[in-house]
Amino acid sequence: MSVTIARSLDQALEILSERPDALILAGGTDLMVQINRGSLNELSTVIAVNRIPELQGWKQQDDTLVLGAGLTYAEMEKSDFAAVAPALAQAARTVGSPQIRNAGTLGGNLGTASPAGDTLPVLAALDAVICLRSAQGARRLPILEFITGVKNNARQPGELIEEVHIPAAQGHQEFCKIGPRNAMVISVASLALIVDQQNKKVRLGLGTVGPVPLRPAEAEEHLSTNVNWAANTVSAATLDQFSTLAAAAARPIDDHRGTAAYRRHAIGVMARRTAARAFTEETA
Amino acid sequence: MTTNHYTLKVNGKEHQVADAWAGESLLWVLRERLGLPGAKNACEEGECGSCSVRIDDEVVCGCLVLAATAVDCEITTIEGLAPEGELVDVQEAFIEAGAVQCGFCTPGLLVTIDKLLETNNQPDDLTVREAISGNLCRCTGYGRILEAVNLAAAKRREVTS
Repeated sequence: MSVTIARSLDQALEILSERPDALILAGGTDLMVQINRGSLNELSTVIAVNRIPELQGWKQQDDTLVLGAGLTYAEMEKSDFAAVAPALAQAARTVGSPQIRNAGTLGGNLGTASPAGDTLPVLAALDAVICLRSAQGARRLPILEFITGVKNNARQPGELIEEVHIPAAQGHQEFCKIGPRNAMVISVASLALIVDQQNKKVRLGLGTVGPVPLRPAEAEEHLSTNVNWAANTVSAATLDQFSTLAAAAARPIDDHRGTAAYRRHAIGVMARRTAARAFTEETA
Repeated sequence: MTTNHYTLKVNGKEHQVADAWAGESLLWVLRERLGLPGAKNACEEGECGSCSVRIDDEVVCGCLVLAATAVDCEITTIEGLAPEGELVDVQEAFIEAGAVQCGFCTPGLLVTIDKLLETNNQPDDLTVREAISGNLCRCTGYGRILEAVNLAAAKRREVTS
């Protein structure tokens, strides 16, 4: 096994073109667990990407937020980032512990592509675009095309996750996550609600209740068409139906963290709760 | 398995690491190669925080850092918090408050709390609980640890005022 610390994007891409099967080490919070367990002893090449300047930080370009793959959860928690991407900041805040958030990165969350990845339902609801680069060139994929299954994504050998593009905030955003305590929790169910005020659309992302993050189209459509956008209010009946449709769209499984039935119920509760935070519930 | 040679700067001192397996964690190298057993090894998956060390300005889990990538950084372990034979305010506060029982979580907690107080010497209860949420203690129930943080914060305010 050999380790290379890439000092530039070009250097990383060059090594990747020679060794397309190299393992990419970002924050280490997933990969090191496997290495410590001895499950990756056969590995030959590891490329550390956390010193690549081009992958650091975030910036606003016109109506798009450009997030470097090396952006850490700790950076996403900060108030300047929370002001432009509140749901992503909330999700970052629920990841692991301060130690984990100092190391773990957005690109790492996408690379691991765990169904429980905390940023994934938010990125889904934000219509995020994942920018990949190889020595041959660059390509962009919508998040739902990028995540292809449980711990699977569309990154090809030789490619590196470079950036994530999301539309700048235009309305209320919420993130919710269920777990047994406030820290060090792998999600049992999670949900992101994004209000697109300009286009009068509500977008919903479900996490941990399917092999990939889900966008419940019927639930989104029902809420979007029944909100009183002028008054920013919503009826109790609409909220109830939104909750039912969101829960119905979940595709959860039973596992050691929770049952499918509990997860589906939790999605319904979180959908209603976040919608009632975004819009005022009309009194009968 | 190939071997690796690299230099780590720990507690202000440069250490040569030779003939190491490239997959070794920083925690492993500190404890088994550099003779610095202060950071503790419990879960090796980032859950318990007993291996907390400082890399430059951030506290991280030593078990989740690939040692060979921790070059060109300032690594600080519990051994480097105070000069040899002395204690830092947080260590004194832990003794005064009786915040140590089995002691296994203590080095990680001390590194974490030292960093917290460096950025905020008047943390409220929620801030403290949040800051130490990644450091598990299975003995004391945290009451005396929280008390120790308050004591240490008061000590640090005295020094800086």
